Amino acid sequence: MGTVMHKMMNGEIILRVEDIHKCYGDIEVLKGVSFDVRRGETKVFIGPSGTGKSTLLRCINQLTIPDSGCIWLNDEEVIYGGPRINQLRQKIGMVFQNFNLFDHLTAVANVEIALIRVKGMSKADARKKALEELKQVGLLDKANAYPAELSGGQAQRLSIARALAMDPEVILFDEPTSSLDPELTREVLEVMKRLARAGMTMLVVTHEMGFALSVANEILFMEHGTIVEKGSPSDIQTSPAFARTRMFLGTFQDD
Amino acid sequence: MIDLQFDFEILLPALYKGALVTFALILVSAPFGFLNGIGIALGRTYGNRLVSRLCQGYVLFFKGCPLLLLLFIIYFGLPSLGITFTAFTSAVIGFILCNGAYNSEYIRGGIQSVSSGQMTAALSLGMSRVQAIRSIILPQALRKSLPGLSNEFIYLIKYSSLAYMITVIEITGAGNIFAAKYFAFFEVFILIGIFYLGLVTVAGRIIAVIEKKIAIPGFGGV
Ligand SMILES: Nc1ncnc2c1ncn2[C@@H]1O[C@H](COP(=O)(O)OP(=O)(O)OP(=O)(O)O)[C@@H](O)[C@H]1O
Ligand SMILES: [Mg+2]
Repeated sequence: MGTVMHKMMNGEIILRVEDIHKCYGDIEVLKGVSFDVRRGETKVFIGPSGTGKSTLLRCINQLTIPDSGCIWLNDEEVIYGGPRINQLRQKIGMVFQNFNLFDHLTAVANVEIALIRVKGMSKADARKKALEELKQVGLLDKANAYPAELSGGQAQRLSIARALAMDPEVILFDEPTSSLDPELTREVLEVMKRLARAGMTMLVVTHEMGFALSVANEILFMEHGTIVEKGSPSDIQTSPAFARTRMFLGTFQDD
Repeated sequence: MIDLQFDFEILLPALYKGALVTFALILVSAPFGFLNGIGIALGRTYGNRLVSRLCQGYVLFFKGCPLLLLLFIIYFGLPSLGITFTAFTSAVIGFILCNGAYNSEYIRGGIQSVSSGQMTAALSLGMSRVQAIRSIILPQALRKSLPGLSNEFIYLIKYSSLAYMITVIEITGAGNIFAAKYFAFFEVFILIGIFYLGLVTVAGRIIAVIEKKIAIPGFGGV
């Protein structure tokens, strides 16, 4: 914990999210969300269903185009239709609830494909790098397996390896364990914890409170399209200012 | 029936020539019909409103138009607009247009059956839409549409005989001419029937080999 805190205080701001608004039809899903992310930091977003957490993550790499507001990655604006949007997206990894693996490619090819097509690496270099990433997430023995042949936990670890291979500045996790059994959830959370400790910058939407409390530098509680409360895990557990968050956690843990 | 031996001696060379024309019709039409199908399916799925509508209209028209009528229009009709093609070219154009329309329906179905999350994931890795379509969506869509495409290919083999109606002397035409001349309809048409059967069987075998070669676990047995 000490080292993480240290890093957080020293890490420069690498991602700025400024006043993001997003409507779907008449419904304003995001009502002005802002926060800064420092290098090496892990932020965890929690909140009731439908409050815009996924929409917020998708706005960060412009998979969803915000109505207004800005995203800055290292002082460069991440903007849809911008000339460098594809370069910027490489630097913002994403891990999805449903893995979204490429079903026609083996595990190693899932990791390789963007290295070859996007980064322009040679096949040999891409293979080498892909195998390294698979090793990182403990999937070296599954290199030649297809997604349909993997367990949910393995599939999610593969999707993390795929994101990692691009050497991103930050990785966005959208409920990475929500479709997994508790047993498989654990193996994925282990990988994420290791990443966080290794200094990866991560934004995580999750309902896994154990993970949030032990790994997050900051927990942000979202409701109705805004960040209602935010603070460190220890603040949230003790300070009276976080009554709403604790109430949410209480009801959540009763489930 | 009188001198069967003699008949076959002149029949076979005549049919052989026709068979070559049939092969040529199929081998030229099939690849372009395939590409046409991909183009129309992509236009319909990913094109803007106008392109998508145009592709939809294309499919409607060529699925609705009897192939024979289409061949007549191209070969006999277009010259009155100053557009002239040889009979062979007219037949190939007709086959490509028609084959492509049907192919596009199968390919479009294949594209739609690829989970949209894979496009999202590809974009999130920094792929452009075109890159994602080429290396993620199409390889899966084509695999999934292979059974339908195979059917269309078999149909193409069989309807290539319609080319005779616009004076292309392919095997059915060659046989008909010969049969009329020697009053040997039964033998000739049975022989041609066997030819098509053989062709369709071989095509089926080749398709099965391709299916096996590109099979992937989790893609559902074809
Ligand atoms: N593409 C879309 N079109 C229309 N409405 C959408 C779209 N995506 C999300 N919404 C709506 O926006 C709201 C916020 O959705 P979002 O998925 O961001 O919430 P969430 O906080 O991630 O919820 P959950 O915990 O259920 O994943 C919801 O009401 C949802 O129905
Ligand atoms: Mg969500």
